[in-house]
Amino acid sequence: MISRHVQGWLMAAPLTLVLAVFLLAPIVMIVVVSFWGATEWSIYPAFLWDNYDFLLTSKVTYQVFFNTFKYAAITWACTLLIGFTVAYYLAFHIRSTTWQIALFLLCTIPFLTSNIIRMISWIPFLGRNGLANSTLLSWGVIDAPLEWLLFSDFSVILAFVHLYTLFMVVPIFNTMMRIDPALIEAATDAGASGWQTLRHVVIPLTKPGIMIGTIFVLALVMGDFITVRFMSGSQSANVGRMIQNDIGLLQYPSASATAVILLITVLLLIGTLLRFVDIRKEL
Amino acid sequence: MTLKPDLELVSLVKRYGETVAVDGISYHFDAGTYACLLGPSGCGKSSTLRMIAGHESVSDGAVLLGGRDVSHLPPAKRGTAMMFQNYALFPHLSVRDNVAFSLKMQGTDATTRKSRANEMLELVDMLPLADRLPAQLSGGQQQRAALARALITKPEVLLLDEPLSALDPFLRIKMRAELRKLQRELGITFIHVTHGQDEALALADEIVVMNNARIEQAGATRTVFEAPKTAFVARFLGSHNVVTMPEGKIAIRTDALRIRPAGAARLPATVTAIEYQGTHVALTASIPGDQEVTALLSDRDFFDAPKMEGEAIGLDWDAQEAHALAG
Repeated sequence: MISRHVQGWLMAAPLTLVLAVFLLAPIVMIVVVSFWGATEWSIYPAFLWDNYDFLLTSKVTYQVFFNTFKYAAITWACTLLIGFTVAYYLAFHIRSTTWQIALFLLCTIPFLTSNIIRMISWIPFLGRNGLANSTLLSWGVIDAPLEWLLFSDFSVILAFVHLYTLFMVVPIFNTMMRIDPALIEAATDAGASGWQTLRHVVIPLTKPGIMIGTIFVLALVMGDFITVRFMSGSQSANVGRMIQNDIGLLQYPSASATAVILLITVLLLIGTLLRFVDIRKEL
Repeated sequence: MTLKPDLELVSLVKRYGETVAVDGISYHFDAGTYACLLGPSGCGKSSTLRMIAGHESVSDGAVLLGGRDVSHLPPAKRGTAMMFQNYALFPHLSVRDNVAFSLKMQGTDATTRKSRANEMLELVDMLPLADRLPAQLSGGQQQRAALARALITKPEVLLLDEPLSALDPFLRIKMRAELRKLQRELGITFIHVTHGQDEALALADEIVVMNNARIEQAGATRTVFEAPKTAFVARFLGSHNVVTMPEGKIAIRTDALRIRPAGAARLPATVTAIEYQGTHVALTASIPGDQEVTALLSDRDFFDAPKMEGEAIGLDWDAQEAHALAG
C-alpha cells in the first residue's frame, strides 16, 4: 500500500507535468531568450539588457502599447454592454429553461466556424464596393463610399467585438442565473424601479461574472495579432503584431523581451482588477 | 392614531393559462388581525398572498385595502410589504443597508436612512448585528432582518410567505412567539401563509383553510377548529377523526372519544396500536367499515384501565362532540 502522502503527489503529477512542460518551461525559455544578444544574421546566448533597453526607450513601443490598450478598452466597453444586455435578456426575460438553453446555443453557433473565417467574412461586407457601402449609397444616405469601414480601427474593433462578445455573455449569464428571483421581487416590494433594481441589485450581484468576462476579453485582445493584421490591412499595430514582426525577422531575443513586457502588463492589469472583485465564489 | 384599514378579497381569481390557481375567493380581514392562510401545497394560498402583495397579477376580482382597489397598483404603492420565504435579503448589502433599502430607493438622505434603519433593527433586537452581511447571520437572525426590512415602509398589512419553514423546529416555536408579539405591538394586519396547522393554530386570530384553489372554511381560529365543516378541514387541522356513520360523515375530536367495555357503546372497535406520548396515550382502533380512529387519552385514564393490542373495546362520545360534515 502506497502512503496517502505519495498517493497525493502521484495524483497531482500528470497535471503538474503538463503545466511544467507546456506552460512553465516555455515562459522560462522566453524569459531566458529575452536576455540573449542578436545580430542581423545570428542570435547568441548572453545576459544582456540591450533588448529591454531598446524596447523601453523606443517611442514606438509606447505608441504600440497605447494602441493595444485602446483596442482593449473600446472592445471591453462594447462587449460588456452587448454581453450584459444579452445575458440579462436570457436570464431575466426568458421564462422557460428550454428557450433559455435554445437561445444560448444560438449565441454559440458562430463559434462553429473558425475565427479567421468569421473575420474575413467582414471584408466583402465592409469593403469600398462592399454590401454596406453599396446599400448606403443606394439609400442615398452617403454620396461616396465610406473609407473608414474597412482596414481601420473601426473594422479591427468591430471584429474583436464580434469574436469575443460571447466570452462576456457566458460568465455574466452564469452569474445572473444564480441570482434568486425573489431578490428582484424584494427590490420591487421595496419600491425600486427597474433601473434602481438593475443598479442596486443586479449589477452588484453580477460583478464576479463581469470580472471573469473582462479577464477573458482583455487577455484575448491584448494577445491578439491576427485580427489586427487582417482587419487593419496591416496598417495598425498592437503588441502582438510587434512580436510577430520580430519573429518574422528571426529577432527572437527582441520578440521575447516584448512578450515578457506584455505578460507582465497583462498580469498587473488582471491583478489590479481582482483586487476589486472577489471571483472565488464563481469558481 | 389613524384607523387602520381592513383588507378585502373580492372574487379573486388567478389563472395560469388553462389552470386556475385561485378560483374566485372572497374574504374580509379586519384591521389588526393575525390571519393564517392554511392549506396543502398547490392549494392557491401562496398565489393569493402574492396577488395581495402585487407580485402576481390579478386575473379577475379585486383586492381592496381600506376600501381602495389596489389590485393594479405596484407593490410598493399598496401599503403592503412582503416577507419572502427564504427572506430574500440582498447578499451584497449589510443588514442595515438591507433594512434601509426602500428608503434609499425613495431617495431619503443617508443620515435619516441610518437612524430609521437602526430604529427598526432595535425593534427586532438586531442592532448589534447591523453591520454584518446576511451570510454571517443565523436563520433566526436573517428572519428578523427580513422583518425589519419589510416593516420600515410602515405597511398597513404585512404579508408573510411561509416565514418559519426555513427554521429548525426549536427556532420555529421561538420565532412564532416573536411574530405574535410583534404583531400585537404594531397592531397591523399580518397575513401569514403556512402549511403547518400547529403554526396556524398557535398564531392566528383567524384562519382561512384553502384547498383546490378555494376556501374550504374560514373564520375565528377556535370556531374553525371546534366545528370543522368538511372532512378536509377536519383532517387538515388534525386532532380529529372523520368517521362515516350511517347518517353521514362526522368529525369527532380525538380527545372526545371515551373507551367503554365492548358492546356497551356507540361503536364496537378493536385496538390496533397504542402509542405512549408522555402526558397522553394515543390509542388507534379499527371500527366497522374498515375505518381507523384515534383516541387521545390522558395517561392516567389509560393506565387506570390499560388496553392491549387486539383487544375488543367500545367507543363512545357525547352527542354534542360530533360534527356533521359536508363532503
